[in-house]
Amino acid sequence: MAQAIEIKIPSEPKFLKIVRASINYISEAMGFSPEDSNNITLAVDEACSNIIKHTYCGATDQLIQVLIYLHHDRLEVILKDFGKKVNVKQIKSRELDDVRPGGLGVHLIKSVMDIVNYENCSELGNELQLVKYLRKKG
Amino acid sequence: MEIDVDKQQNCAILRIKGDVDLYSSPQVRTQIMALVNKKHFNLLVDFTNVTYMDSSGVATLVEALQLTNKNNGKLRLYKLRQAIRDVFELSRLDRVFDIHEDEQSALHGI
Repeated sequence: MAQAIEIKIPSEPKFLKIVRASINYISEAMGFSPEDSNNITLAVDEACSNIIKHTYCGATDQLIQVLIYLHHDRLEVILKDFGKKVNVKQIKSRELDDVRPGGLGVHLIKSVMDIVNYENCSELGNELQLVKYLRKKG
Repeated sequence: MEIDVDKQQNCAILRIKGDVDLYSSPQVRTQIMALVNKKHFNLLVDFTNVTYMDSSGVATLVEALQLTNKNNGKLRLYKLRQAIRDVFELSRLDRVFDIHEDEQSALHGI
């Protein structure tokens, strides 16, 4: 059975560092390389930032729930928010040749994680599943 | 995060210390805007002590690049650690930004 860790933070950007420090520590402890650990940390941070910016529209008093499952072969992170429902079809990364500020978060998340799954089945808010598999050694 | 601005004869160097994320990138943007408003169009960003950067930090620098280009200036970045280079590479912006190994190289020709 996977070990589970839960972190809850208010939707306040200054608390994102808590999530980053935790994810980085857990990733390295599971055996991910420093590069993969940095990338997983970036992806989870970008996803939390998107919740703050898009779901909570900058409100700093809402809840972000981070559920972390340490499987033997993968790290699974579930991000839950309790804001307005996001239209999953509208979530997309922009064309990278279109150099302009913003719109990179989803691209970065999809670039570094093995599974990125937006679930919209919860009664309230949104749920995002992020998975990264451990690379087999040798 | 802290930012020191070192104004030189032909450019201004922003020395950033700490994480550049959704919380702190507005501070970087404010500093860049203040310099551009004072007609400092050649900007160097010293990443020696930047420990983390997310897409909001990258977006701030894209905006700075567009502003300096528009005013015939230059934006150069130097001393990026690998994790931060990776963010630029993943965004395919490593080819758009003028990235240097060190300050001496970044100052060349300015």
